[in-house]
Amino acid sequence: MIRFFVVALLAFAAVATAQKKSGYEFSSRETQAMQDDDAANPGFLWVQQGETLWNRRDGAAGKSCADCHGEANNSVRGVAARYPVFAPEAGAVIDIEQRINRCRTEHQQAKPLAYESDDLLALTSFVGKQSRAMSIDVAIDARARSTFERGKTLFEQRQGQINLSCSQCHDDNWGKQLAGSPIPQAHPTGYPAYRLEWQTLGSLRRRLRNCLIGMRAEAPPYESADYVALELFLMARAKGLAIDTPSVRR
Amino acid sequence: MARPLINVPAKAKKGEVVDIKILISHPMESGQRRDNSGQPIARDIINLLVCTYNDTEVFRAELFPAIAANPFLSFCTVATETGTLKFTWTDDHGTVDTATAPIEVT
Repeated sequence: MIRFFVVALLAFAAVATAQKKSGYEFSSRETQAMQDDDAANPGFLWVQQGETLWNRRDGAAGKSCADCHGEANNSVRGVAARYPVFAPEAGAVIDIEQRINRCRTEHQQAKPLAYESDDLLALTSFVGKQSRAMSIDVAIDARARSTFERGKTLFEQRQGQINLSCSQCHDDNWGKQLAGSPIPQAHPTGYPAYRLEWQTLGSLRRRLRNCLIGMRAEAPPYESADYVALELFLMARAKGLAIDTPSVRR
Repeated sequence: MARPLINVPAKAKKGEVVDIKILISHPMESGQRRDNSGQPIARDIINLLVCTYNDTEVFRAELFPAIAANPFLSFCTVATETGTLKFTWTDDHGTVDTATAPIEVT
């Protein structure tokens, strides 16, 4: 009896590996078709812009991304599948947006790009697109462990006026309907994603803020390290799923 | 994101029906919304798109509010001769943008 209870508890604790599904599988056929056709996927407007920015010289150093990294399909292939990572020079776990801005300030001697600016989204989606169809494989080593644990705590902790945790929807009730659409498993395979609700491309941070606001919790400012912790936890949780940036979601 | 995404087959056989797709970056502000201070946001949409094939008009669309941001249009035409498809679109500010795509007909 106790053994049965333990097994049952484990089954409810997280999405079982065999049942792990990308948000793509929860999308309608129309939305999937929009994502699958690169000519119809509006995310490619940003990818195209990102390619231009990749090759454009910027900052006091007069260098472009390509001057150091060369062809993006070689140099940054796989990056979106293994980020966020611990960056020793930052002394913290950083995501791709922060990596791009560190490159800008340190190597290009340019101003960092604002969160959700078209330029930052363009570069992030261009970098992300190079990892399309690759399996997510984020390393949680000793240096990233505390950030991962922070993310896990945030995911499982009840918060906001309706006293809800992320886990209650995305672990316990995925697949059921919420406000007319299925609750996905919260695997961030496709960010930055073009959300039809936003009518634009947006980052994972923006998506997390959406959920927090929906929970009537206070969304921390964009710069908050809590987002990186959640991103790291979610990416580790999505291990094995394929990157589909830039995705189209409802 | 000034540039649109245009999808025209690079090569086609004479007489073949070809799919043309264009995705334009534009906010398509409907004119129905209000900003945070309650002021109406002025309408700003692409209201006309024309496609010419070697200077012959092959497609024309009038657009209205309630079309989503970054409009996507798809249509067919018959490949007649090697040349250029030219897209011209006008928004509520009167701004006219153009983009072209080559097609080789054999």
